[in-house]
Amino acid sequence: MRKKLFNISILFFCYALLYLPMINIIVYSFNASKITSVWQGFSFKWYKAVLNNPNIISGLFTSLKLATISATVATIIGTLAAFALVRHKRFKGRNIFESMVHMPLVMPEVITGLSLMLFLFWLRDFFYLPAFSGITPIAIAHITLGVAYVTVIVRARLSDYDMAVEEAAMDLGAHPSKVFFRITIPIIAPSCVAGWFLAFALSLDDVVLASFLSSPESTTLPMVIFSSLKMGATPQINALATIMIGVVLTGVLLAGLYMYGKQRKAMAKEAVL
Amino acid sequence: MKQQYLSKTTWRKWINVQKLSIKIPYAWMLLFLIGPLIALVSISFSEPAYALPPYEAVLKYVEGTYLSLKFHISNYIFIFKDSMYATVFLRSVYIAFLSTAACLIIGFPFAYAIFRAPPFWRNMLILLVVLPFYTSFLVRVYAWSSILSANGPINSMLMSLGFISQPLQLLYNDAAVVLGIMYCYLPFMVMPIFVALQKMDRTMLEAAYDLGCKPLRGFFTITIPLAKKGIIAGSILVLVPAIGEFVIPELLGGSRTVMIGRTIWTEFFANRDWPLAAALAISMFLLVIVPINYVQRANDYNEDEVSNKNQEADHA
Repeated sequence: MRKKLFNISILFFCYALLYLPMINIIVYSFNASKITSVWQGFSFKWYKAVLNNPNIISGLFTSLKLATISATVATIIGTLAAFALVRHKRFKGRNIFESMVHMPLVMPEVITGLSLMLFLFWLRDFFYLPAFSGITPIAIAHITLGVAYVTVIVRARLSDYDMAVEEAAMDLGAHPSKVFFRITIPIIAPSCVAGWFLAFALSLDDVVLASFLSSPESTTLPMVIFSSLKMGATPQINALATIMIGVVLTGVLLAGLYMYGKQRKAMAKEAVL
Repeated sequence: MKQQYLSKTTWRKWINVQKLSIKIPYAWMLLFLIGPLIALVSISFSEPAYALPPYEAVLKYVEGTYLSLKFHISNYIFIFKDSMYATVFLRSVYIAFLSTAACLIIGFPFAYAIFRAPPFWRNMLILLVVLPFYTSFLVRVYAWSSILSANGPINSMLMSLGFISQPLQLLYNDAAVVLGIMYCYLPFMVMPIFVALQKMDRTMLEAAYDLGCKPLRGFFTITIPLAKKGIIAGSILVLVPAIGEFVIPELLGGSRTVMIGRTIWTEFFANRDWPLAAALAISMFLLVIVPINYVQRANDYNEDEVSNKNQEADHA
């Protein structure tokens, strides 16, 4: 009993540490006072200010566009890379390939951002190639990072599943492409979706790579938040952060409900059988 | 029964299509990962100049018909001569180690407590650990800067209780940076340790208890050694990004908390010394990232070895 109490108190302390800072932000986002941490009554005015702030809104749209593009491309390339690593046990340069794909996971973002930025300049300066503009350089950096994560996730799924299913289909005369689209894709789809969401979240969250690679017309939302935090926090940031926390919580809750529903369906099916 | 057996050409064509799965990612990574690294190395050996771009390229096409190739190692010499950079490197490593230790001190009991919780609750508890990780990184850092600020909740609580008459300066020092890194990277520590604990063979503990081992001794001689791999994996996951961390020292650290990431940033953006920034990045990569990667390899290798041994034991 004493052990149990001890366990619960550790858990309580740790979750308090994780969640109190968030709760602090949420509470103060409804504060009427202009000073972030002096309570002066309830108000929604900072939410209105956020919605009317053109920098935040345009940053949000840039970020969403960027995250969608880079997550999609990263999922395609990452899935291909996972296939290469699982299905082709031996090809020229496999070790180099594997370490290249994993490299972005351990490289500090400052190095990745700096090197890509210098590379793009180098291309323009030395080979007289046109410099990329807009969000393209940031997208390249985010895709490279996303590929690494997608590969890890899809690879785990791909090396788990039973190849005999595919072989059986082919023995029964199915064309390899049909096997691929009817069997392989449906099996790895959940991991591709998970990889897509992870790449999307990484892209949406990144400030370092974006700062190195941005041009004036491509300011992402994290960059807007970062520069306003450096100038001194405004209560608007509290409201914006609360909105972001709310969106994430809703998303996770919906995903959780969906999974729960699926699980129950599967269990019901089993019960019937 | 249209087609019982596939023709050889169909197979060959499909294999060629499959080869594309190697070629496309390979080409992407060579172009946008190795290419930039080559550019980084090349520019770290070039001479700074007042121009746009602000460096004299190593390999250059000079008016006339020849290429000139000039290597300047002055950037590296400058880094090794100026004691400031050595201080910056040591300080980054020091702060990263402190943060990793803080993460471990909170993270291990946390993972252990989740592991000891009733199985019904475990998934929920793990989800709750990862959940803050899904909110923006900046939001999490900002949360701490608002808590620690001069008129934040901690200071106002201490003042209203009468412990202090003036707000304490809690922000903009090393401790705030360590706290920030600990908070942001906690899930990276908790998850591997939890996974390692879950893989643990519980019968070993029971056997030890049956033989008269005290729970505390069992914890230190069985549980912790078995969780060692998770502890090392988690520590690397925290240590590596912490060394290169830029955002947290920038927002929570003071002017004295200069870490490598921040120095590279300043050299690049404020001083516009691109060659020096590149040389710093290369030095950081060689001095810090490569050794850590080596430790990680050794950790993975041990895992393989252990599982192989176990399999052999099973066969025997």
